[in-house]
Amino acid sequence: MLGSGRLGRLALGCVAALAASAPAEAQDRAVPPLVFTGIPDQDESRLVERFGRVAAYLEAKLGVPVRYIPVKSYPAAVTAFTNGQVQLAWFGGFTGVQARKAVPGSQAIAQGAEDAAFKTYIIANAATGLKRGADFPKDIQDRTFTFGARASTSGRLMPEYFIRQAFPGKSPEQVFARVGFSGDHTRTIQLVQSGAFAVGAVDYSVWDLDTKAGKVDPTAVTVIWESPTFPDYQWTVRGDVEQTYGAGFTEKLRTALTGVTDPAILEPFGRSKFVPVSNAAYEPLVAVGRSTGLLD
Amino acid sequence: MRRGAAFLPRPGYASVSRWLLAAALAGLLVADLQVTTLHPWSDLSRLLGGLTRPDLLAVDGRSVVYTVAFAVLGVGLGAGTGLLLAMPFARSRAVRLACAAVRAVHELFWALLLMQVFGLSATTGVLAIALPYAGICAKVYAELIEEADLAAVRVLPAGTGTVSAFLYARLPEVAGRMRDYTLYRLECGLRSSLVLGFIGLPTMGFAFESAFRQGRYAEAGALLLIFYALIGTRRLWVRARTLLVLLVGAALALPPTVGSAAIGPSLARFLGHDIVPAPLRGAPLAEPETWARLWSWLRPILTEQILPGTAQTLVLAQIALAATALGALVLFPLTARRFAGPLGRPLGRALLVVVRSTPEYMLAYVGLQLLGPSMLPAILALALHNAGIVAYLMGRHADAIPYRADAPRGLDLYAYETVPRLYGQFLAYLLYRWELILRESAIFGILGVTTLGFYVDAAISELRLDVATLLIAATALVTVAVDAVSRALRRSLRIDALPTRLSGPQPITGAEAP
Repeated sequence: MLGSGRLGRLALGCVAALAASAPAEAQDRAVPPLVFTGIPDQDESRLVERFGRVAAYLEAKLGVPVRYIPVKSYPAAVTAFTNGQVQLAWFGGFTGVQARKAVPGSQAIAQGAEDAAFKTYIIANAATGLKRGADFPKDIQDRTFTFGARASTSGRLMPEYFIRQAFPGKSPEQVFARVGFSGDHTRTIQLVQSGAFAVGAVDYSVWDLDTKAGKVDPTAVTVIWESPTFPDYQWTVRGDVEQTYGAGFTEKLRTALTGVTDPAILEPFGRSKFVPVSNAAYEPLVAVGRSTGLLD
Repeated sequence: MRRGAAFLPRPGYASVSRWLLAAALAGLLVADLQVTTLHPWSDLSRLLGGLTRPDLLAVDGRSVVYTVAFAVLGVGLGAGTGLLLAMPFARSRAVRLACAAVRAVHELFWALLLMQVFGLSATTGVLAIALPYAGICAKVYAELIEEADLAAVRVLPAGTGTVSAFLYARLPEVAGRMRDYTLYRLECGLRSSLVLGFIGLPTMGFAFESAFRQGRYAEAGALLLIFYALIGTRRLWVRARTLLVLLVGAALALPPTVGSAAIGPSLARFLGHDIVPAPLRGAPLAEPETWARLWSWLRPILTEQILPGTAQTLVLAQIALAATALGALVLFPLTARRFAGPLGRPLGRALLVVVRSTPEYMLAYVGLQLLGPSMLPAILALALHNAGIVAYLMGRHADAIPYRADAPRGLDLYAYETVPRLYGQFLAYLLYRWELILRESAIFGILGVTTLGFYVDAAISELRLDVATLLIAATALVTVAVDAVSRALRRSLRIDALPTRLSGPQPITGAEAP
């Protein structure tokens, strides 16, 4: 009989557990902090550093509590935005398009000054003997190739688009001996530098940041091609923030972000400043997304 | 006469073993086993260095608390629900199907789906464990009830209600074994809870992934050692007396949800839009054209994702199963007294407990980072974990065999007596683990091996939840099919009554067993 008593208590405990978790959520709703996230596109320590500073800055500027929530993948950032767990996000070009498509009324409000004309670098391991050129390096064919994250703009969408243009009628899997998805740009650089992959596509700003941080060995990995420019990263906000924090909050947020002058905040982003932007600026990516089949 | 067996010649141990091995060898021909990284050993030695010099102070204690809290509540809720479902399990086909469906979907897949609605929250973490565990607990509890002695039930007065009969006549009979099994499930729950961190829940997996990715191996090593300590000491902190404290404490210790996901609208959108196949959304269902569009949507998914993904999943599982078998045969003598001796045996056991305590997903993650995205690290991870489990169990059986006083020693004993006598039991364990290996093979796709999970990950990255859901359903079907084949094989080998669970009853003890 002892055993049945234990199991009964187990069941009771479960009910108690559920009951206890409900009021905890209700409490959060009473004082809603503005929660934001960012796509995990590079070394996590740099993300923690930059977003921690943004949170402190926004909290002071907006007068509402601001919290940063870390995520482990690009789609997790988009999901947090679509189900309303975060109201604001630092998205890449493509994840921003995905998020705004899923949440009607959401707006791109600010981008880095560099994001209007962003670039992909194609990088190659020195052992390949590939040299830098102005035209798309068609001799990367049949080598191993790594993208960044699957939903990355500069690490997947745009390079895939350029590859499909250079090799009409072929998918990357048909062009290369092996195709990988490294997960983030820092990792892409490491994989090509170590020779695990011969060639890779990387965000030029992360390349510059990692070069400055001394993480790139120029004798082992070099840039062999610089892509034409395209729009990339931006801050996107949900439409319902106006109901939660009052009319005009979106503008207030835009002003706060474009007013960032502190290099301590901007440097970890690899941006000189943030400038206003609108959804329309990202229309070219929608077309590219459709042509590569990544977007319906 | 059992179904099916009448028409086919009954397979023997040898022919089944040969077929399984041949299938694995055929799999090796098509499997991608390339090592794509150039310096795996230097990374591995740095990782091992981290294990020997762990940085315990770098570990965020909250991640340990959350890991335990998710596991305790997830397993508690799952086991509680499983107990309720175990009562109608034998009678209701609907309950059996529902249980098979929820347990065929891996915790990580559940978490990826639940996250769409509940966000990165405690609810997602607890439910991702509770749902599949409810299915598996219901099945196992029902089996335990069925195996139990019916003497008490027979003497009940006529007209006794189902619930009363269950509580007073059946439950007392099986409560001890249910407790053992639930305790074992908690160990699994701790592993599941850790692994949920890899996709963003705040458990130890989150910290481990961050530390490992950035080369902070001392922190990664510390996390691993703390996890072994949690598993190793679980019999000390999970007791009848501490259960209530644990459950309430876990509920209180759950991480507060940062931001509040709008659950109502999210759920409506998820069920009413996101997982509905794109061509059917808002389309007139009576029109034949709608169904033509559905087919043209479905066909490429079937031919380019489900079929190749299933093939790769089966290949990986098959090779891993064979590797598990070989590994277990090599390792089990380490834990058997006759082979390892009184000094070697505890060491062998400790080694195997450590190996099997390591979540295979984490092993695969580490392997893939070190060796690159091929099947090789996935095979190694699956084989290590499962061989650890099977070898441990086989060691227990080997000690329970009553040997003759003049039994041979060493290799002769192993090859001519121990292995032949335990071979049926060995196959029973292997065939039972086949389904579990397959479930795990599918999920490794998230890490970059091209099994079904690979395509699920792609679909989620493209926000195509309808495709992701379809792929997860396909994964579940493959799992259920392999389970059915495994059970049919065990029946026809007449080994279906042998113990298969890690928490199963101790083998019948012979003269020299403890």
